[in-house]
Amino acid sequence: MKKNLGIFSLLMFVCVVTALLSEGFLSEFNIENLIRRTALFGIISIGAAFVIITGGIDLSIGSVVCLIGCLVPWLLVEQGLSVWWTLPIAFCVSLGIGLFHGLLITKLRLQPFVVTLCGLLIYRGLTRGFLNDQTSGFRGQFEGVRQLSLGMISLPGTDVGVPMPWMILILVAVAAMIFLNLTIYGRYLFALGRNEEAARYSGINTDRMIILAYVICSLLSGLGGLLFVFDVGSAQPVDFGNFYELYAIAAAVLGGCSLRGGEGSIVGVILGTAVMRVLKNSITMIDQIPNKIEFAVIGAVILGGVMIDELLKRLAARRRTTSRVKDSHLAE
Amino acid sequence: MSPTSGSPPILETRGITKRFSGVCALADVDFAVRPGEVHALIGENGAGKSTLLKILAGVQMPDSGQILMDGEPVVVDSVHTALGLGIVLIHQELNLSDNLDVGANIFLGREPRRFGCIDFAHIRKQAQYYLDMVALDVDPATVVSQLAIGRQQMVEIAKALSVNARILIMDEPTSSLSRLEAENLFNVIRQLQNQGVAIIYISHRLGEVREIADRVSVLRDGENAGSLSREEIDHDRMVHLMVGRDISQFYVRREQVTGEPELVVKDICTTAWPQHRLSFEVHAGEMVGLAGLVGAGRSEVVRALFGIDPLLAGEVRLQGRKLELRGPSDAIEAGLALVPEDRKQQGLILEMGIRENIGLAGLRRHRQAGTFLNRSRERDDANRMLRDLKIKAESDRQLPQYLSGGNQQKVVLGKWLVLEPRVLLLDEPTRGVDVGAKQVIYRLMEKLTERGVAILFVSSEMEEVLSMSDRTLVMHEGRIAGELQRHELSEESVMQLATGRSDVPA
Repeated sequence: MKKNLGIFSLLMFVCVVTALLSEGFLSEFNIENLIRRTALFGIISIGAAFVIITGGIDLSIGSVVCLIGCLVPWLLVEQGLSVWWTLPIAFCVSLGIGLFHGLLITKLRLQPFVVTLCGLLIYRGLTRGFLNDQTSGFRGQFEGVRQLSLGMISLPGTDVGVPMPWMILILVAVAAMIFLNLTIYGRYLFALGRNEEAARYSGINTDRMIILAYVICSLLSGLGGLLFVFDVGSAQPVDFGNFYELYAIAAAVLGGCSLRGGEGSIVGVILGTAVMRVLKNSITMIDQIPNKIEFAVIGAVILGGVMIDELLKRLAARRRTTSRVKDSHLAE
Repeated sequence: MSPTSGSPPILETRGITKRFSGVCALADVDFAVRPGEVHALIGENGAGKSTLLKILAGVQMPDSGQILMDGEPVVVDSVHTALGLGIVLIHQELNLSDNLDVGANIFLGREPRRFGCIDFAHIRKQAQYYLDMVALDVDPATVVSQLAIGRQQMVEIAKALSVNARILIMDEPTSSLSRLEAENLFNVIRQLQNQGVAIIYISHRLGEVREIADRVSVLRDGENAGSLSREEIDHDRMVHLMVGRDISQFYVRREQVTGEPELVVKDICTTAWPQHRLSFEVHAGEMVGLAGLVGAGRSEVVRALFGIDPLLAGEVRLQGRKLELRGPSDAIEAGLALVPEDRKQQGLILEMGIRENIGLAGLRRHRQAGTFLNRSRERDDANRMLRDLKIKAESDRQLPQYLSGGNQQKVVLGKWLVLEPRVLLLDEPTRGVDVGAKQVIYRLMEKLTERGVAILFVSSEMEEVLSMSDRTLVMHEGRIAGELQRHELSEESVMQLATGRSDVPA
């Protein structure tokens, strides 16, 4: 909770600074767009968080976004498949990828970094080869189903509209929060993320839980790919979803997930995603910052955040030891 | 006396004393080794052997006492100093970088250089010279990981020779060697002996001590219990020196009436010792000790029973029902529980609260509506265990990380007690636990057997085995060397079996 407060303050700080330095930031159009993008990235960041909580990593997120993002319009437009066929196919492909990663990591004991790095290369390469680098798009059709990304839902009784992706993010986030905090399986994930061996000695089927985490991550990447392409309307195999895994991992880490595993909260991850999106937006909006140094700014802000967090943690630990020393003196 | 007793000692210790947080590990130890002598150092687990050799090798400093080399007092304050004096320690787990080749390992940290670069040709030539000395027929360019363990050990010895070792300390060098490799090692030791190198040889295997040693010194409870010269060395004398102390009556267990066989183990094979088949049973309300030396395969037995390691053969029955043990969850479901050997790595999740740790194994059994946590039950269970086991903690939200060893162990026990197991397996239940917590744990074990729980516990602490077990199984190199009833139980009878003597003195 304290951690979320910290990242929330960072978010507010970036927002206020940007609002002061740029006029367009608070415009209705910009805010709506920002919320929409935050929601889309939030979905894949939640997936990344699941894997990071187990102490693993998934580098293939961006390539899965690309694969699904290109596959869906191709199936709908080029192959003329119905939506009712296309979506289950996209679901199964994502699920298969997650299962594949999970099995390699648990049964063959391969390192998550290596497995998913290869995934990153393979899925993008396959997509590019398969589509011969041709853009895959909806060509103005399928406006109905694209409302999943483009639509707005007006809150009952008001004229405030909420972008559809945000509603989907809320659904995903609530489900993830219930899973992680209220079910025994969530507890299993946190436990094995901290100490896999002790979790196994306590009767937890650690392999099955790790596989589940990778499946959830790939499914959410697939859902992300679907919504991203619905949002933009077309996807180019070369760069669709490029770097998205890094955005997702950065958002999760910023939101309090430890790469050592066993730590993380969904609210934190969403706040982390928001910080990432607002930062990117503010670089575009503030004229004084050249767009070219976007990555440098994002990197520096994350690094600063993580450093402050670490320093605060140490301070707390030192305070705890001194109070313990005092206690033991009193006891004597 | 021994053939070299005429020459003055090359290394001598006088009154070496070492304490660890108040506990005396070594008390006033005098010890001497002569050039060309193989001096064996034996003793039970925890008698102080490894502390003494760490002091000689400069890993630790003594609290008081003197070390003399060639009659002159020296201060061995670091491994580096020890090496400079020619004292080399070869660890039980070898200390080679197995990704590097043999030559690189021999000269690690002392690489000869030419024009600022490593002089590979020189390394090769020199390495070959030392490999010849230990009669090891491998190319210095072979990567260490490709060598069998016995050959790796020879590389360690070659490395020791390359720093002009005058005193070679070997800690259980044969623990992972085959019989043939051990023979080869003995030949090399004899050669070194002829060259005047002094060898301090630590071993649990009394047979090989008799074969190789010129002299044996026995450590018992941190004191030098006595020495035997070449002609005095025999199995019974060594055992007698190792155990010849009065057992302090630190816990007396009441006589128990035991019930029907609860756990029946028939012809099982563990992955560690696939060549041996083990059979035994534990009755309801019975406390069975599993004694033996470190590495005899005791932990492997309880790990296999709990489904951590696969059973290669045989069957396990609980109350007559055959168990299908695919993993710990099957064992838990059947009513087994295991308090593992390594508390911090296997027993606890140190950075998760006491409450969550105690609840961890029971999450599945106590779940609600199929998948949901039963939080109130978890909280009540944890607080009940805090009270019942007298766990000293601020609250059930505290992290076990900040608890003492004894309290950590109580948390592990609490995790299993909430499940009310029928068979409790304990692996070194009181290792690193203070006296007060020990009493709590013993009383608890006793109370459980009164309720009919069957207990099988592995222990390296002789006093614990003697005072707690109704019946003791003694393991030696992967097999059950014998079974001792309560009236047959003595330190000597356990040690005889544990060190591989087949005929038990009545």
